[in-house]
Formats: sequence, structure tokens, C-alpha cells
Amino acid sequence: MTSRRLHDLGCGYRSGDKGDISNIALFADDTEVYELIRAAVTAERVKAHFAGLVHGPVERYEAPNVLALNFVLHDALGGGAPRSLRADNLGKTLGGALVRLEIEVPEHLAHREAPTPDVRWALTILDRLA
Amino acid sequence: MGVRIGGGQGFYGDTPRAVEGLLEAGVDYLCLEALAELTLAILQKDRQKDETRGYTKDLPAYLRAALPAVAAGRTKVITNAGGINPASAARAAIDTARELGLSGLTVATVLGDDLMPRLDELASATGLTHLESGAPYGEFPAPALFASAYLGARPIVEALAAGADVVITGRVADAALFLAPLVHEHGWAWDDWDRLAAGTLVGHLLECSGQSVGGNLSRDWWTIPRPWDLPYPIGEVEADGTTLITKPESSGGRVSFDTVRHQLLYEVHDPTAYLAPDVVADFTSAEFTDEGDDRVRVTGVRGQPATSTYKALLAHHAGWAGETRVAFSWPDAREKATATAAIFAERVRLAGLAVAEWCFELWGVDALGGPTVPPTTAEPPEVVLRAAWRCDDARTTALVGREMVPLTLSGPAAGMTGMGRGGSSPSELLGLWPTLIDKDLVDPRVTVAVETVR
Repeated sequence: MTSRRLHDLGCGYRSGDKGDISNIALFADDTEVYELIRAAVTAERVKAHFAGLVHGPVERYEAPNVLALNFVLHDALGGGAPRSLRADNLGKTLGGALVRLEIEVPEHLAHREAPTPDVRWALTILDRLA
Repeated sequence: MGVRIGGGQGFYGDTPRAVEGLLEAGVDYLCLEALAELTLAILQKDRQKDETRGYTKDLPAYLRAALPAVAAGRTKVITNAGGINPASAARAAIDTARELGLSGLTVATVLGDDLMPRLDELASATGLTHLESGAPYGEFPAPALFASAYLGARPIVEALAAGADVVITGRVADAALFLAPLVHEHGWAWDDWDRLAAGTLVGHLLECSGQSVGGNLSRDWWTIPRPWDLPYPIGEVEADGTTLITKPESSGGRVSFDTVRHQLLYEVHDPTAYLAPDVVADFTSAEFTDEGDDRVRVTGVRGQPATSTYKALLAHHAGWAGETRVAFSWPDAREKATATAAIFAERVRLAGLAVAEWCFELWGVDALGGPTVPPTTAEPPEVVLRAAWRCDDARTTALVGREMVPLTLSGPAAGMTGMGRGGSSPSELLGLWPTLIDKDLVDPRVTVAVETVR
């Protein structure tokens, strides 16, 4: 067994806020990766991953119809958006922070890597402005 | 024939330009969702300065884009842009219609979500306990700055039945804006839980504008067609609740299983029990079929009876915040930023300024990821120190910011730059107090005012 970041396994994510709670949805592309994250990415694991940033309990829900796990992080945003001193007072970046997490994977997934974004179209536009 | 609903706005600050694309593609209803928790806080600050404000200021801009189509009988507008002052928002809507020379339009206003005038009475009747911490209302740091119940679709349906072309509400739950026209058009019963759940789920998919058509995407985001011309989403909803999520063809963006599921769980807690005012929806019951060509079919949504309570949100003053940023380049950028944070804080202490809370972030190191960022020995080429602080009063907050400025010459770390014109002016912080309130205490006060533009 070897470990890979959730990002490299192709997991998607989106995070949002409600009061001082942030929720992070974590998506898999196929049932194999879904079963892997279901087993490995427990509420406890996520709580430990965010120790120091998220101060309250973490709950986990499953949405198998969209191959997703949904994490609810309490006391997570420095008091809630209009009260927080953090630059990311809405927790928009917490989803990205979650997919840094590494989990054990079987050998045939050991070399999976997230693609590098191809932003040549952006460079073309910016070159035009230079 | 399905009812076509367009999600024309996702938040206060969104662009009215996307409305054009939706009207061109054809929608029976244009729903404009303007509110978030943070928005109510912004609107409260507006209302403090001028009591005729408290609604989203861009409402007239949206209406200028939409009202000609409304007058032509091609669509109707439903919006919660009324914020914490729907009556004033309705005045602005009527004025906008007059400016455009559109007489004959009927504007309905939903009132009754504002709990401010009777908070003490409500507290003794229903508790108003903090939903998250369980704290009793006795601990609420009065006075309340706003207090709004999240109403459901019923008063909007009433407004549509009364012939409204434009419906303006205050704090109606986001998805309920979208559910209402479906109940009205399809004649769904208020205990047809599966249908109400389907309409709520569709509303949830449409309420954040670009977020279901390729906005805020975690993967493949760079492959979204013409992302500078992202459209807003359309739901075509059949009488049985089956829905096609799609977008105007002429614009960029994408509708796929992946873009739609990203939105499905956005700001959701338990997906098997999404608590809406009119139904408890099971988001895990929905099946999504990607039919290609920017079409995703949603079927099979199940629901459970609604609860006996509405969510309500109260806010209270929570001090003042200031912030400033300075940048350091290599060499030793991280160490210089760290030292400067400490020097700044010590200067503030020496100046006798009381800071109740500090927040220091090293941009370029771990400002956003915090403990999830793997340790590294790599030297960052540059680091921005962002310092934020909370004080009890605005004056002290501003004086704290001044203490960073002399470090331009008197900080020991060479190469401090990027302060621009200094720190921001102090901004007021608001604490949120989410709670539940019995529907019986709210519903009798909910009214719909109807006025035809002359």
C-alpha cells in the first residue's frame, strides 16, 4: 500500500458557510475511489487534518447518488463571516485544503496524478494586452 | 409542458448582464436570489445610515434589464432583494417601472419576515435559543441589529395568484423563491412532499447563478468554454417534478453531472434531510442523468413533511475590525513577515491600545491552508503579512492600523513594501445568532401587499 493525496485521486470539492459552520463536499469519479474515501476519510481524520483551524466537532454525511461525502465542520470560520477576522471568512478555500489529505491506495492507483491545468488560452489573452 | 425557471442572480453583487441571456433563451420566471447571511449584515449597515435602505441597491439595475420582458408578458420576476426592507424595495421597483414608462405592471410585496419589533415577546413564547451553541436568548448581546425569519414559498404563491408580475420579498429561503412558481403553475399540494422536495432541490441548484454551470469548479475548471461569458442556469420543471437543468445556448459555461453535483451539496449539512420551510428534502434520493449538450435530467426526488419551525437569523454588534497588509521579498521573507507581526503587536501594546483579538496570516506561506499546508524548507520568493484585529471601538481600531506605518523606516527587516495607502478604515463586525421559531408565531403576521403601477 502507498498513499496519495485526494487531489491526485481526482477528488472534487466545494465548500460553503452557514454561521460559524463550514461544509465541504468531497466528490469521487468512480465507485472504487468513492469506496476508498468512504473508508479512509472519516470525520475524525478530517477533524485532525484541520486541527488548529477548525475548533469544533466534524460530522460526515454520505451522498452515494453523486459519489460524495459531505463534511460539516463546526466552529470553523472564526465566528462566522461577518464576525471573522480571517481573509477567507467564508471558508471558500477549505475544500482545497481538504484534498491535500493523503490516504492509502492500492498499487494500481499509486501513480495517479492530478492534471496540470492548461491555461494557454489565458496566456494568449494576456499577451494581447501586453 | 415544463415551466422554465431562470436563476438570474446568485448574490448581492452579481451581474445583471446575465439576465439578458436568460430572457433571450426564454424563461417563464426569472428568480433573483440576492441574500446571504453576510448580505443581511451589509444591508443592516445601510439601513443604519438611511432608514429607506436595507434592500439590495442593484435591484433597479436588474429590473431595468427584466421589466421590458415582464411588460411584454414573456416572464415574471421573483426576488428576495427586499432584504430587511421589502417595502422600500417595492417602492424602488415601482419607481423603476415608471421610469421605463411601464404602467400596468403589478408588484407584490411579501411582508412579515421581520421579527425585530417583537423579539422579547417571541423569546418568551419560543425560546430563540442559539441553534448551534444552545445558548439561551438571555445571553444574546442585545440590541438586535436585524432579526429575520426564513419564510417559505406560500406568500409568493399567494402573490402570483393575485396576479403579480413582480414579487419582492425579504428573507424568504433561497430555494423557496424557485419552488413558489412551480407550486403556482403545477398546482402542487402543500403536502405533496416529493414534488415540493423536487422544486426545492431545483431551486437549490439554480439559486447560486453560475455555480451550477461551471462556476467555482474544483476540477477541469480551465476547460470551461468561454468562462468570461458564463451563463446562468435554467431549470425546466415538469408537473411530476422531473427537471432538466440547462443553460442558454449562446453563452459559454457547461452543464454536466459534475457541475450540477458540485452545487447539490453547497451549504448543505445533512443531505438526506435538507430543512426547507415547506418540506424536508432528501437530496440523496435524486438521480442525475447527463444527457450531453449541457443537459442534466433530475428525477426521483423524495421529501418528508416540513417541520413546525422556521429558521431565523438575528445579528448583534460584535466590535470593530481593522486590517493592513505589507509585503516582503526574498531573502528571509517568511522570517521578516513573522518578526514584523510581533513588532507591530508590541508597538500597539506600548501605545496602550486594547486589542481584543488578533489574526496574522502569512500569504504565500500558509495563510489559507493553515495546519493542512505541509511543512517545507523551501524559501518563498515573497510573503505578504496580513494583520487583522478586533477592538471595542472604531477609534482604537483605526489607531492600531497607524502603528504599522512607521515600520516602513523603523522596522528592522529590510524591504518592507506593498502597504499601498495604509490600512483600511475600521469596519463593524456582526455576530450571528441562528435560531428556530414556531411557524404559528410568524405565519399570522405574513402579508402580501399588491400594487399596480399607474
